[in-house]
Amino acid sequence: MPARITLPTLSVISVALMAAAVTMIFFVAPEDADQGISQKIFYFHVPIALTAYVLFGLGAWKALRVLWTRGERYDLESYTAIHQGTIFGALTLITGAIWAKASWGVWWTWSSNQLVLFLVLFLFYCAYFMLRFSVEAGPRRERISAVYALFGVALIPVSFLAIRLASDFIHPTVFTREGPQMTGTMFGAFCVAWAAIVVLALVMYSVELAGKRTDAHLRELREALGR
Amino acid sequence: MSGYVGDVVALARKDLLLELRARDTLPAMLLFVVSTLVVFHFALPQGAGDDAAYGLLWVALVFTALFGLARAWVPEREHAALDGLVLATGDRSAIWLAKTVAALAFLGAAEVVALPAFAVLFAPLDAAAVLGVVLASVGICVVGTLASAMAAAGRGREVILPLLVLPLSIPLVVGGVGASVSSEPRTYVAFLCLYDAVFAILSWASFEYVVTE
Amino acid sequence: MSAGEKYVAAAYGVVFLFVLVWVAIIAAKLARLERETGELAELARGRRHDG
Repeated sequence: MPARITLPTLSVISVALMAAAVTMIFFVAPEDADQGISQKIFYFHVPIALTAYVLFGLGAWKALRVLWTRGERYDLESYTAIHQGTIFGALTLITGAIWAKASWGVWWTWSSNQLVLFLVLFLFYCAYFMLRFSVEAGPRRERISAVYALFGVALIPVSFLAIRLASDFIHPTVFTREGPQMTGTMFGAFCVAWAAIVVLALVMYSVELAGKRTDAHLRELREALGR
Repeated sequence: MSGYVGDVVALARKDLLLELRARDTLPAMLLFVVSTLVVFHFALPQGAGDDAAYGLLWVALVFTALFGLARAWVPEREHAALDGLVLATGDRSAIWLAKTVAALAFLGAAEVVALPAFAVLFAPLDAAAVLGVVLASVGICVVGTLASAMAAAGRGREVILPLLVLPLSIPLVVGGVGASVSSEPRTYVAFLCLYDAVFAILSWASFEYVVTE
Repeated sequence: MSAGEKYVAAAYGVVFLFVLVWVAIIAAKLARLERETGELAELARGRRHDG
């Protein structure tokens, strides 16, 4: 990421956006006529899910760069993006489960395609870490991780399609979350919340990346100092 | 191009001949799939119906494929031959293609036994279901051979392989079960073809990066 | 609090908790990095006095 905006600035923006988002969600946006207050979960759940996709995509993009240029730098970036994506994926699953409980009375429903997709992706990307930690550090690991990350972005649309198809024969009853159209302020709150989550993800990504880079530099220093 | 095809044929032939001589994989796969079917008979409650049996057939097939794939790179590893093979072969994707063909041959042989056994023991299979099995087998071998090569690079490969392959095989199970139980199998067959094409291209293009140092 | 309000609070609380846990992990990592850089600085200082 080009460092035109420094990390401290980004953090401040993140805090401001998050405050604005919470204000908009709870004090400006009206309560949903249909679902009542539990619809408020939507303002965080959906942006978190979308951000997780962005992070997985970012990880795959950096993975492509690894394969093109063979650089440890891109490997760390890809790894960090996928790590963040997995965290946001886990959050999507948990907030989704809470929402399912609030609106349908069950903690899990296989008829919510998005949730099922996230479960598959979560399992897939957890295996990424198992794979990564089982291979010795080096160019081979960088490339294996990169190939696996690329498989991930292919798996997202394919699984999406599969889950859509599966819902035809596994559970014909369809719950839908598409409530009535969002009003202006509801949509505004959603957009602000999405921006807040994306910036939060960026901050977390940058901080983690800085930590991992420092780790790598330390390793180098230690070798240079002969320890 | 004949060089490429020649490489693939020679490498796949080597795997099949090795298997014919040592009989390491195929008898185990056959026994495994039949045992699994028998276990499933007892796992299914009375009157569970044919649809549940079709579902279990797919579980049996996926695990049998995993069983075979776990041994896919064992000959190369035991003789530390993969590095030499990588250096000797002009286009590395030929190694992947040959291994996929060999894995598919083993899985196909297991299915030649498993499908009639399933039809006799549980429920009949129609042409769409068999087509689904064929296409899904291609898909799982395509993905599994690559995943197996990845897993072979690290420690604990036996543990890692199922973790890599199972999430990737979920779309195949969806397509396969759909082709078996749906009254509109065409969509599912088309979906399986799409899966095979996408992941075959991806695996074919990326195998080189997995095996080179 | 109604049941719906409780679930909303739980959902937002989980997000908050995740971020907090993440901060704790990063803090632990920072402490480790600090210790390791300290060791390296010590080593470098020793070298300078020796040679």
